[in-house]
Amino acid sequence: MSWMTLPHTLSPGIIPLFAIVLTLGSYLLGVEIEKRLHNPLANPVLIAIVVIGITLRLLHLSYQDYFTGAQFIHFLLGPATVALAIPMVRALEHMRRGFWPLMSALLAGSLIGLISGYAIVRLLGGGQAVALSMAPKSLTTPIAIAVSASIGGIPSLSAVLAILGGILVAISIDPVLDWLKISEPSARGLAAGTAGSGIGASRVIPQHTLSAAFAGVAIGANGILTAVLAPILVPLLKHW
Amino acid sequence: MAMIKPIFILVLFQLAGEALRAITHTKVPGPVFGMILLAAFYILRRREPSPALEHAADGLLSWLGLLFVPAGVGIVANIALIRSAWLPISVALVASPFITLMTTAWIMHRFGNRSSIRREDL
Repeated sequence: MSWMTLPHTLSPGIIPLFAIVLTLGSYLLGVEIEKRLHNPLANPVLIAIVVIGITLRLLHLSYQDYFTGAQFIHFLLGPATVALAIPMVRALEHMRRGFWPLMSALLAGSLIGLISGYAIVRLLGGGQAVALSMAPKSLTTPIAIAVSASIGGIPSLSAVLAILGGILVAISIDPVLDWLKISEPSARGLAAGTAGSGIGASRVIPQHTLSAAFAGVAIGANGILTAVLAPILVPLLKHW
Repeated sequence: MAMIKPIFILVLFQLAGEALRAITHTKVPGPVFGMILLAAFYILRRREPSPALEHAADGLLSWLGLLFVPAGVGIVANIALIRSAWLPISVALVASPFITLMTTAWIMHRFGNRSSIRREDL
């Protein structure tokens, strides 16, 4: 028996608890590193995924083993999504006043995210299935999976691409929007939610209650819009 | 007890959202329906969420990144597929969100009601 199979040997019931401790610990480590480095590349979600990935490999634990415990953290995504309604209610007046800009920005972002994801993969020689899996990558993971399945993509790949794309949005949003001199929390929240759904927006949500509100609207509306538009647009894209 | 009621409200609306999804047979996930229902509830009844619910929602949302970690670790399971088409995947993953981000933010910035937002919130 080597130390590497330790979690298995100690007791099977210890694995879920180990997975929870590992997840919280890696994320806290990521937050600590982010604080020290002040670099957007030091993203806590990315750091945690890398640390956990390496740990699972070293301990010969499968993703299924890990998920027996991690599912309890994963479950909280549902209530957290519902909780986005609270900042939305707070920002209702702002949304009423700027309804048309909001809708145009959403629709443009939704279409551009869908078409550019597909087109770039095809232009660079990627296969049809990969391109179709890329198309819904701006959506919140559960909708990305459903849309991917409905247009002929690979659902598990879409889930991964949605998460990676979200991390890239979280990393790039502050530098890009600072560079464009766009400081309004509404624009930052809407852009983060449209381009990178929850993970992308997790960066701007704590910055301002309006960012959280517009991010919530963007995540929901972009998901619904794309779920409707993708099955209509994708056959046209395939021809082109 | 202060935490139980907010948690109850959030999971109740999540459940309602799941039920609505099952009835309508749509691709929209239950929690997104739940979010819409909860927002509609407060907007239609013209009521403010309780401070306890606001506190719970802000608390949950400030750690949103953590909640994506378990699903994110699933990348490990898809690594071979990503490796087989790494160039188009990485270019698309960087470029597509970048264009989306800029377009969406720019339209809001250019046409949004900036003066009112600045005055009250910044």
